[in-house]
Amino acid sequence: MGTYFFKRILYVIPITLAVSFFCFMLVHLSPGDPMDAVVSADAPREVVAMVQAAYGFDRPLPEQYGRWVVRAVQGDLGLSTANGRAVTTEVFGALVNTLRLALVASLIGFTLGCLFGTLAGYWQGSLLDRFVTGIAVGGVSIPHYWLGMMLVIVFSVELSWLPSSGAGPGSSSDWVWEWRYIRHLILPAITLSVIPMGVVTRTVRAMVAEILNHDFVEALRAKGLAEVRVFLHVVKNVAPTALAVMGLQLGYLLGGSILVETVFSWPGTGLLLNNAIFQRDLPILQGTILVLAIFFVLLNLMVDLAQARLDPRIQRN
Amino acid sequence: MNQTAEIVAPQQDQPLVQVSGLEVRFKSPDRTVHAVNGVDLTLKRGEILTILGESGSGKSVTLRTLMRLLPERRTQLKGQVSVDGRDVLAMPQRELRRFRGRTAAMIFQEPMLAFDPVFTIGQQIAETVCRHEGVSHKEGLARALELFELVRIPSARRRLANYPHELSGGMSQRAMIALALSCRPRLLLADEPTTALDATVQIQILLLLRELQRELDMSVIFVTHDMGVANEISDRIAVMYGGRIVETGKVGEIIAQPRHPYTLGLMNSRASGELKGQRLEAIPGSPPDLATLPSGCAFAPRCPYAIDTCHDSVPIAHTIEGQHWAACHRLEQTQP
Ligand SMILES: Nc1ncnc2c1ncn2[C@@H]1O[C@H](COP(=O)(O)OP(=O)(O)OP(=O)(O)O)[C@@H](O)[C@H]1O
Ligand SMILES: [Mg+2]
Repeated sequence: MGTYFFKRILYVIPITLAVSFFCFMLVHLSPGDPMDAVVSADAPREVVAMVQAAYGFDRPLPEQYGRWVVRAVQGDLGLSTANGRAVTTEVFGALVNTLRLALVASLIGFTLGCLFGTLAGYWQGSLLDRFVTGIAVGGVSIPHYWLGMMLVIVFSVELSWLPSSGAGPGSSSDWVWEWRYIRHLILPAITLSVIPMGVVTRTVRAMVAEILNHDFVEALRAKGLAEVRVFLHVVKNVAPTALAVMGLQLGYLLGGSILVETVFSWPGTGLLLNNAIFQRDLPILQGTILVLAIFFVLLNLMVDLAQARLDPRIQRN
Repeated sequence: MNQTAEIVAPQQDQPLVQVSGLEVRFKSPDRTVHAVNGVDLTLKRGEILTILGESGSGKSVTLRTLMRLLPERRTQLKGQVSVDGRDVLAMPQRELRRFRGRTAAMIFQEPMLAFDPVFTIGQQIAETVCRHEGVSHKEGLARALELFELVRIPSARRRLANYPHELSGGMSQRAMIALALSCRPRLLLADEPTTALDATVQIQILLLLRELQRELDMSVIFVTHDMGVANEISDRIAVMYGGRIVETGKVGEIIAQPRHPYTLGLMNSRASGELKGQRLEAIPGSPPDLATLPSGCAFAPRCPYAIDTCHDSVPIAHTIEGQHWAACHRLEQTQP
């Protein structure tokens, strides 16, 4: 048990290094010169060279990467080429907002997904099952930026119940869990929760239905256990898989909310990335992607460890 | 179904299990499977009865009916099933759950699959003890340890903390037996408990079962399609075909003087003299389609002695001697 955990945690180091390398290279491979964002096209050569040297863009790529990693480890991701602010502050400010949104969205999505999935799996083939499956398929098929816009049209424009954009008064560090802020969170959170809800419903439904067909369920009933108790056994069997799917979905929510954050102007990492792309702000792009990727890696680590705790068969391999 | 099951005071001389006119049908939108078509069974206290028959003859269904384990929604049940003086088919759910695992317990064919993979064996046995005897989990575990010693699992304490996938087939069948015996059931139902095991392990498990049955004074219904196994363990044999019992009698009577053509076929399909480890095979033709059962004797299409009567009417049981009877129109043909 201990060695599995230790090994799994050690794996994180090479994975993170590889991830950082790809983050760095991806951005350099994409077309466009980062200098365009900093100096105007008609600036004199010496100025361009000076700025290039200041940002380190004149060094060979491997060296740039090396310096970037060394500084990143110390918590310094460089300066934004668009506004000269520290990337670390920008990214973490945005990340807090994204996390807030993603956590609420996943809470909605996972709760509904587990509930629907369990009901549908237990009563497989029933009307309820067909209804729930319909919702789940809808959830994964509807483009969520479209759903977001529809929600805005209905609840903001037509009914004017909820605001259509932003994260509430003041800057993001002012956020508190009060209605005047929460009301900004509702529409984007619902929009974002639809896909994980669909995916979790389908997974849980399939797993519950499969587990119920296992011999051991009949054996549990043959022991005289009450149905509630049998249900607990089923849940513990479904949990590792459901957890893995939910971890992945949470990861997608963190990275994949660009469109939704843009639709709702939610000041998170998605919006930050979107703006950075249009401004060719290389340091912000690299920094944001790196932080999100590391988050994803850590999330996977936690899911794996939790899974191993729940399913004794995993540590064997 | 009655709201309350009739509770008759169990008497020692009364048979433990009494099944009469049992019919089981599985309904699905496109077809109805007639899995059991009028089974009568009695099992005395302390007796081991083996149900013998080909695949699909309704052995497992009959066994599951004794604990009402079949899916309620799709299953139609007719007839009477009484175990230890209680009407199983009329029991309310609450009482049924007290009955399962306590009065009657079941051992399954695939022991590895009959345990929940994410709980330790010890937890699963303790759970049953707690459920029925209201003791603490710790006391349940202590009982599990005793049981493991009873079924002779080496290094019992360590094994209790194992997960099902960490045990070998033979070991998990022993654990399954320990689980089944955990609340001292009067009736043990064993559905092909040795089929999935190696020949040597099979014998050990059979001997263990036999011994435990004597020690704990249980009644056992044992299902197999292995004539050798049946001969090894039982007091009485019931041969099943097409959802009916076609012949029953003491082991000696069935082995020495089989009278139903199907039983004869089973005997002949074994290598002569060698009883152990042989599977049933080589009766020409194939088992009946349970969705469209013939109107006469289900075995008639494969029977060498069949005449028109056999195809028209279902034969009733004819007593041969004592408790030995067979349901056949052509018994005079099989006289020794
Ligand atoms: N839950 C069920 N729903 C529908 N049909 C069933 C169900 N359980 C059993 N059957 C059918 O009932 C018939 C008898 O099955 P049963 O399991 O009793 O056979 P068996 O004698 O135990 O055979 P085997 O030796 O293969 O275990 C089979 O045709 C089977 O397909
Ligand atoms: Mg069977």
